[in-house]
Amino acid sequence: MIRDITLGQYYPEYSRIHKLDPRLKIIVTLVYIVSLFLIEDFAGYAIALVSMGAVIALSKVPLRFMLRGLKPIILIIVFTFTLNMLMTKGTILWEWGFFRITKEGLYNAIFMAARLIFLIVGSSVLTLTTKPIKLTDGIESLLKPFRRFGLPAHELAMMMTIALRFIPTLLEETDKIMKAQQARGADFETGGLLRRAKALVPLLVPLFVGAFRIAQDLAMAMEARCYRGGEGRTKLNMLKFRRRDALAIGFTALYLSGIVAERILL
Amino acid sequence: MKFTENGDIIQIEDLVFEYGRAEAEDGYDPHRGAAGGAIFPNAVDHVTLCVARGSFTAVIGRNGSGKSTLAKNLNALLLPTGGRVIVDGFDTLDEAALWDIRQRVGMVFQNPDNQLVSAVVEDDVAFGPENLGVAPDEIRTRIRDSLAAVDMYEHRKMAPHLLSGGQKQRVAIAGVIAMHPEIIIFDEPTAMLDPEGRAEVMGIIGRLRKEKITVVLITHFMEETLDSDRVVIMDRGRVAMDGTPAEIFSRTEEIEALGLKLPFAVELCARLRERGLDVPGDLLTEDELSAYLLTLYRKDGFPA
Ligand SMILES: Nc1ncnc2c1ncn2[C@@H]1O[C@H](COP(=O)(O)OP(=O)(O)OP(=O)(O)O)[C@@H](O)[C@H]1O
Ligand SMILES: [Mg+2]
Repeated sequence: MIRDITLGQYYPEYSRIHKLDPRLKIIVTLVYIVSLFLIEDFAGYAIALVSMGAVIALSKVPLRFMLRGLKPIILIIVFTFTLNMLMTKGTILWEWGFFRITKEGLYNAIFMAARLIFLIVGSSVLTLTTKPIKLTDGIESLLKPFRRFGLPAHELAMMMTIALRFIPTLLEETDKIMKAQQARGADFETGGLLRRAKALVPLLVPLFVGAFRIAQDLAMAMEARCYRGGEGRTKLNMLKFRRRDALAIGFTALYLSGIVAERILL
Repeated sequence: MKFTENGDIIQIEDLVFEYGRAEAEDGYDPHRGAAGGAIFPNAVDHVTLCVARGSFTAVIGRNGSGKSTLAKNLNALLLPTGGRVIVDGFDTLDEAALWDIRQRVGMVFQNPDNQLVSAVVEDDVAFGPENLGVAPDEIRTRIRDSLAAVDMYEHRKMAPHLLSGGQKQRVAIAGVIAMHPEIIIFDEPTAMLDPEGRAEVMGIIGRLRKEKITVVLITHFMEETLDSDRVVIMDRGRVAMDGTPAEIFSRTEEIEALGLKLPFAVELCARLRERGLDVPGDLLTEDELSAYLLTLYRKDGFPA
């Protein structure tokens, strides 16, 4: 049922990785992503693989959940792989008419596919081990310094919180409207792309109207509960930097110097 | 500035509220007459009303009679067009008092889905206290106490969209309780619930009363008003009737003229009286009625 969908893909568990400060996890993930672009050869990937493996093991999240994030982009991976393999010039390994696979092409293809996989699995670690709410808190806190330049950090975070709360509600609403219209003979499943897109219009209109009604009600309820923006507001879950966070910084620094050293020395 | 003219927690003096002409021209209300026409009735029309501290007041009236508009004037979601509203000594027109007023006057709305802000129950309960700047430790205590008060503590980690309507409404009530209000206004809190959810919410309202919280309940269910200290009937923006449930529901014809149904027991008594049975006039609840009917049987020699 549409009600059961979980948002984000949080995997509840009590691990050291789960308990880390979300701000730190966001930064470490960014550092990790940047580091992937510093890697030039497979020795660098070996370092990334070992480090990532250690983090995954510590997070206690089963590997198959980590790999699930790859499913939606498998097509992209295959596509870049093929493209890289076929388009790179160099020593020919195998040839068949128009198609030729070169040694450099194969190398490039594997290299790029590996980067994509590392990228996705790495960011899955963040979303699997951090509750969406904590992620929102972390983003808000990290963006706070940019408020000086007019970035509405609190408002963005509040929008995310509300989106997290209402996506399931809106999905239910969609479900309801669809059923109501199907009962009156609407057809969402057959016909060409254009026909199906057209069938969605009468779905979207009531959905938008519903969303605006919710927004109106919610705004009133929030005001009634003294909401007045981020000023003077406290937080139930104050983010706290603990010893394990310092330890994580240490490991990240070690990892990054490993990657950099490998790039310079080898 | 604080006013304390009499001890009442809510003092409404000659309140008039008119929705803006522009809003009416949107064609919001079909029975206002032609858009831009001359008829712009006040949604609340010269209402003077005081509510005693710790009392339970039920407000009823047909659709569009101005109940919700009146309610929103009590916590400064809407400000008077004329007259004034004084809540626990604060005038709603005094901008500096806005947050004091909203903290004191909690409000629970009709739609259980559209008033919860967060994807986790306990975070939602924390929303109000967070807005008030309460310290995190204190917020935790408040979450525990207020969720316990509505029997939802074990659901504190749940996502609201997985709860039943009655449970969602109890979470909404907990969110209001956590702000430590003096008054809670319920605007048709049970309208979208099944009988079970309705009973749950009414049970909580009963408890709030024992905690000396002033309750104002707007409802279309006559049975829900029978426990109140006072029933106020609104009609076309005015107070049409005002009294204890017993007084109000003894005036059966007036009530029907206002487009309202009688509570079941009262209606049945009225019909029995029509058929010549000498039913006493003070029976309001089904329990009272059935107890009375049993005494009849005994008098007539039927087995008890
Ligand atoms: N936002 C608005 N803009 C313009 N007119 C409004 C608005 N809200 C309510 N009204 C009008 O004000 C009058 C009182 O409405 P109100 O919602 O207070 O009635 P109510 O007693 O709460 O009705 P119900 O039982 O349907 O909830 C009605 O005529 C209504 O059409
Ligand atoms: Mg109403």
